[in-house]
Amino acid sequence: MYTQGLDAQGREPEAPAGGAAAERFQARVDAEEKIEPKDWMPEAYRQTLIRQISQHAHSEIVGMLPEGNWITRAPSLRRKAVLMAKVQDEGGHGMYLYSAAETLGIGREEMVGQLLSGAAKYSSIFNYPTLTWADVGAIGWLVDGAAIMNQIPLCRCSYGPYARAMVRICKEESFHQRQGFEIMMTLARGTQAQREMAQDALNRWWWPSIMMFGPSDADSPHTAQSMRWKIKRFSNDELRQKFIDVTVPQAHFLGLAIPDAQLHLDEASGHYRIGAIDWSEFHAVLRGNGPCNRERLAARRAAHENGAWVREAAAAHARKLKERAAAAAAA
Amino acid sequence: MTEPAAAHTAAHVRYVLRLGDTSLILGQRLGEWIGHGPALEEDLGLANLALDFIGQARLLLTYAGELEGRGRDEDALAFLREAPEYANLTLVEQPNGDFACTIVRQWLVDSWQLQLYQALAGSADARLAAIAEKALKETRYHYRFSSGWLVRLGDGTEESRRRTQQALEELWRFTGELFAPDAIDAQMHAAGIAPELAGLRPAWSEAIDADLRAAGLARPADPSYRWQGKQGVHTEELSHLLAEMQHLPRAYPGARW
Repeated sequence: MYTQGLDAQGREPEAPAGGAAAERFQARVDAEEKIEPKDWMPEAYRQTLIRQISQHAHSEIVGMLPEGNWITRAPSLRRKAVLMAKVQDEGGHGMYLYSAAETLGIGREEMVGQLLSGAAKYSSIFNYPTLTWADVGAIGWLVDGAAIMNQIPLCRCSYGPYARAMVRICKEESFHQRQGFEIMMTLARGTQAQREMAQDALNRWWWPSIMMFGPSDADSPHTAQSMRWKIKRFSNDELRQKFIDVTVPQAHFLGLAIPDAQLHLDEASGHYRIGAIDWSEFHAVLRGNGPCNRERLAARRAAHENGAWVREAAAAHARKLKERAAAAAAA
Repeated sequence: MTEPAAAHTAAHVRYVLRLGDTSLILGQRLGEWIGHGPALEEDLGLANLALDFIGQARLLLTYAGELEGRGRDEDALAFLREAPEYANLTLVEQPNGDFACTIVRQWLVDSWQLQLYQALAGSADARLAAIAEKALKETRYHYRFSSGWLVRLGDGTEESRRRTQQALEELWRFTGELFAPDAIDAQMHAAGIAPELAGLRPAWSEAIDADLRAAGLARPADPSYRWQGKQGVHTEELSHLLAEMQHLPRAYPGARW
């Protein structure tokens, strides 16, 4: 899943230098044509996309960990199978996204290196722990729900390979969101202990989900250029509001309370208004001081390091096959 | 039910449980890999395997519960039985270890299931035959995956060969159980429900030798100790696995999830 917050983590992309090529490029973007890998594009556009798509891919991969934490403890075989398939889907999303980024001239190994060294970011939401089974439901409902709000507009992104990858990803994410809601509904209609588990999960995931949309527009300097390039189509606050308006009635339907005493429906605009967001927490997690930042990166590094001999073996075997084929052809 | 009929049903239930438990425990072990594989492609591949085994387990446990007729569904059987009631092969409960260990375990099971499901597809028990036929398609793919990796690891680098041979030495001792028939196997064979178990061994053994040759690995000596997982006598690993897997349904009796 992608979060708007990721575009706040690099430098403001420079406006491309003028010139006929740049003008033609912008005209194509304005006409809603897709930009393809072999087309001319401003270097800053390329770099912005590489950063955004690779960080989106990293988010999918790191995002396998919090929910993966419950695969061995899923409470029924059906839930176990659904959760395995879901976490596998996230890995699949990571794969399409790495491939989309590769069309911009960067290799997967380099991108993975950036994740493991800490140079590249991933969505901060995955630095929160999954403490009970209800967290698996809350992630599907809220985190995937927020991701969909961000990702649907990306299906119309000006860069063709990214837009096309997003179409498939969005279909799967919306399925995940429904599954998450269904887990929450089962808990909310279950025993007292299950209802408490569901409420506790909502209490812990609500604000981090709200923060997934990134800093408020006033503090989000990247928006203008990305909007001109049609990488981004809505501002952080617009998407956040959309998410709140959709999600609050769902919580009511579940009979769960949103942990925000200031939350109210603004009759005039028809929008739900929330209390103040604690941005100090957002920035702390972003800077690496969230509850699971260390654990998530450590898990990715361990998988990478423990897998090194396997990848080397596969490469060595492939080399040997080639040499044997060449020797056989020469004989 | 007459006494012989009841005994037949009990054996039938037990036979199906052995298959279902073996798939469930292996699926559970493979699930531990998801998110931690040596490369993204292998992570997805191991997740596919895990899903297939959980899928097989659901069909088989549901069927065992129906045959038993005591109202136990797949989840009652999976989450509310103790280790001694589990009837899986001890091979599948062994920890994942490194990727070589996981691959060797997988390849041993896949090559066994390939023989078994081929035979069960012709079972006199139509329901079991249908499950076996579906599982067989998956098993062919699993076997391609695991034997392909066995060769890659055996033929790859010095380190991968050493690790894979070591995994083979470690796990080979559990293979005695794969083709060791007991009274239940004999009874199921007599009823036309199951093949003669020992009769499957030569073809398995041949496939094992061919793969080991391709991988440049040595076949260990046959084990002298015979594990009896399918009779409910397990290694110490199983109860830990179950404690983790069964935690929620045990902690919240009667809750629906």
